[in-house]
Amino acid sequence: MANNSGGSSFIENLPKIYGMYTGGFLVFVLLMAILEQMGVGADTIGILFVAFTICIYAGIGFLSRTMAVDAYYVAGRQVPAVFNGMATAADWMSGASFVAMAGGIYFGGHGYLAFVVGWTGGYILVASLMAPYLRKFGCYTVPDFIGTRYGGNLPRFLGVVVLAVASFTYVTAQINATGTIAARALQIPFEVGVWFGLLGILLCSMLGGMRAVTWTQVAQYIVLIIAYLVPVFWMSNKQGFGLIPQFVYGDAVARITELEALHGLGTLDPVAGAKGGLKALSVPFAAAGDSAMASWKFVTLVACMMMGTASLPHILMRYFTTPSVKAARQSVAWSLMFIFLLYFTAPALATFTKLQILDPELASGIIGKPIESVLALEWIQKWSAVDFAQIIDANSDGILQLNEFFMRGDIVVLATPEIAGLPYVISGLVAAGGMAAAMSTADGLLLAIANALSHDLYYKIIDPEAETRKRLLVARILLLAIGAAGAFVASLKLTSILGAVAWAFDFACSGLFFPIVLGIWWKRANRQGAIAGMAGGFIVGTWYLYMIRWGGMDPWLGIDHLRFGIIGMPVSLVLMVVVSLMTPEPDAEIQAMVDEIRVPSGEAVLGRSH
Amino acid sequence: MTDTSKREEHWRRTKSLMMITLTIWFIFSFVVHWFAASLNAVTFFGWPLGFYMAAQGSEIIFVLTLFWFVKSQDKIDRDCGLAEED
Repeated sequence: MANNSGGSSFIENLPKIYGMYTGGFLVFVLLMAILEQMGVGADTIGILFVAFTICIYAGIGFLSRTMAVDAYYVAGRQVPAVFNGMATAADWMSGASFVAMAGGIYFGGHGYLAFVVGWTGGYILVASLMAPYLRKFGCYTVPDFIGTRYGGNLPRFLGVVVLAVASFTYVTAQINATGTIAARALQIPFEVGVWFGLLGILLCSMLGGMRAVTWTQVAQYIVLIIAYLVPVFWMSNKQGFGLIPQFVYGDAVARITELEALHGLGTLDPVAGAKGGLKALSVPFAAAGDSAMASWKFVTLVACMMMGTASLPHILMRYFTTPSVKAARQSVAWSLMFIFLLYFTAPALATFTKLQILDPELASGIIGKPIESVLALEWIQKWSAVDFAQIIDANSDGILQLNEFFMRGDIVVLATPEIAGLPYVISGLVAAGGMAAAMSTADGLLLAIANALSHDLYYKIIDPEAETRKRLLVARILLLAIGAAGAFVASLKLTSILGAVAWAFDFACSGLFFPIVLGIWWKRANRQGAIAGMAGGFIVGTWYLYMIRWGGMDPWLGIDHLRFGIIGMPVSLVLMVVVSLMTPEPDAEIQAMVDEIRVPSGEAVLGRSH
Repeated sequence: MTDTSKREEHWRRTKSLMMITLTIWFIFSFVVHWFAASLNAVTFFGWPLGFYMAAQGSEIIFVLTLFWFVKSQDKIDRDCGLAEED
């Protein structure tokens, strides 16, 4: 066994260890609440929250250090299903999910919920088509499967390219988010915050690879879910929305529809003069577009996000770490359960925030109130000062209209505690949660890229003779280099968070979805077909993105830049099937291997260390 | 070496479970949301139904489907003698 001694007792004690950890974190929150009561400033509490949690993660990362190959790449394949579920949920829920999703629903209403549907339903594909079979296969990385299943270096190399492009697109957004949060909480410039965030991320992953990332992600999930749910429950009970708000906000949705009519939504266009990134409400909340085009736009976005979920290597590789095929399957179900807890809360949070802002009968309502009294509100002053909110009295009537109030979507999560008048300790908790969400996703992505480059490109293609020490050294150097590249790109502030996140899913599904699925479910799929499918889908999808985004082409059938996987995927499927059928079928050895991964029992196809 | 007929039965049942699971998935991922505007005319515990299905309904069904899938696949593995040793 490559595991350190005492490994099995550590696994048995996991519920106790993380139970104590959760208790400890709650004690810390209480301590901060007491400090706040004693008059310690909000800034100090924010710093303590972020600094304390990062130190904990770094500590876990240090304790999980390893020099064994299977511990570094797949956490020794001993992560129990429930804990792997938590780790995957943290891996999955990014800074964007945590900070931006509720705001997206606030502004986008029903149309934006396509993300929520897509980012949950994709796990059905992961469980039924992919995870258990890849676990049985016993690979270290996703290109490792593609390279072995299809044979030869070219498929493996193409897999690495698609993986690197998709994951790198995603990771810059995460490092950007850690930078934003660190900058605000620790009061340092954004450019410094980005590098500080990267330092935290690398402390979690450098020494222990997948093993360290697994145990820090579990810890980060606990922090982020507490940080997301506590303010919502507290606010809901304080405002009298009900004990478990997620199940009772139907009436609030109906009330918002009434208020939208009252405030003239749809007849008033947002006035000019808003600062960049700020928006006024202009889309009805609950109403769905009553046209085939609206339905088409909804389902195409759902499809891209789902197939993307099932092709993103940083998610798939989490299921390589379970002790068995059955545990891999169970762990997908637990992942979805843990993700669901946040994703079914986000629409509730968006609804309550909207109601609090729109309803003139509530004390917190601002629309329809005199601007003078709105400007006196503390949260309006504070967030206006950092360009997150803005009021423009265009018609100079002294009353705030719906089309005169602008804000950034992030406010829904970041400022709701203040809007509802909760103590500052809750805002500090939210900052720690956002940091945990962004760090855990960044860790998973960086590791996915670095592992593919070190295992597939360096070890399998360039230097198959390399000894363990050298392989793991290369893996760590690559992690450092890719992290630095990601932080550098993030510090240039090139992309908005959401654009980049959706693109990662489209890149991944264009290039990887069908090569992985057909590799398991269609024995006839061969090397030539996989090469054509990966290269064709990825290149055509990327070309389409380029043409509609920068090349001046009009989108076909409403397929905009968020949905370019709808172009890439069919190309990938057709090329893969046609080229496979035109060329000889895979040899008997490969076909036997496919048979072998379809049954759970027996040894993994690839050896324990390879 | 495992009995070939057991393997064939295992794969046949695995495929049909996959098809059922993906049918449920397809309905609640795409079909329901295609008709969201019409469903919104129906009120479900206060929610417009189309909005509810996107915000919560589909997600609840996804979670339940997955736990059911895990249980069913495990039963298939055991029935065919191809489950892993515990």
